[in-house]
Amino acid sequence: MKFDNYMVLEFPSRSTNEAFARSAVACFAAQMDPTLEELGDIRTAVSEAVTNCIVHAYPNEIGNITLRCRILKDNVLDIVIRDKGVGIADVEQARRPSFTTGGAERSGMGFTIMESFMTNFEVSSVSGKGTTVHMRRRLQRRK
Amino acid sequence: MHFTSFLENGKLTIALTGEIDHHCAKAYIQIINSKIEAYMPQVCVLDFRDVTFVDSSGIAVVINALRNMSQIEGKLLLSGISPQPMRVFRASGIDKLVEIREAVS
Repeated sequence: MKFDNYMVLEFPSRSTNEAFARSAVACFAAQMDPTLEELGDIRTAVSEAVTNCIVHAYPNEIGNITLRCRILKDNVLDIVIRDKGVGIADVEQARRPSFTTGGAERSGMGFTIMESFMTNFEVSSVSGKGTTVHMRRRLQRRK
Repeated sequence: MHFTSFLENGKLTIALTGEIDHHCAKAYIQIINSKIEAYMPQVCVLDFRDVTFVDSSGIAVVINALRNMSQIEGKLLLSGISPQPMRVFRASGIDKLVEIREAVS
């Protein structure tokens, strides 16, 4: 597939990296001239995906998270966030609003937010091998 | 972490600041809970004017505050919400559970 630009990041599943990851993606996306709303949506979706890796993929250890962003044609930002953690036993159940295996500081709305803020959203997971979140957001072209 | 708060005629206003994500949500929850427990207000206002980012962890912060306020039969109000947090609150449906006042732009 043709793409104009890309970046790859790898970082450990420490919660301080939630802010780092969403800020890094926002900086990368800046070259696409996004609106404030688009940028806010992208930051939020990345924050949710990375938080899921930290809370669920590696519940008792620090593992690696990789994040890849590409700019595709027609002003589409393509984001892949991947972990090699425990995986999700039932993806359909996990995507349901308010379903959470996290604690009181979690709301179970992460997947719902990623789905509603991004143009495309896919999760694939293999138990014991890890999870990949693939999402895309088409940005408006501003005249 | 420290938040300014003031109590006036049974109304407790807590001025939140910064970015609310999973990394710091627990601290926000604990601070808000301890202030509600200490002052037992009839109304608690969470002032989001200086909150620059919220993800789903922010929803958990609001739900916890809502739970605490309903335990003492009080009311929770959110004020000064800017567009990014507002989109998160709308997507989650929490805007139907609590009274929200958006920031004046």
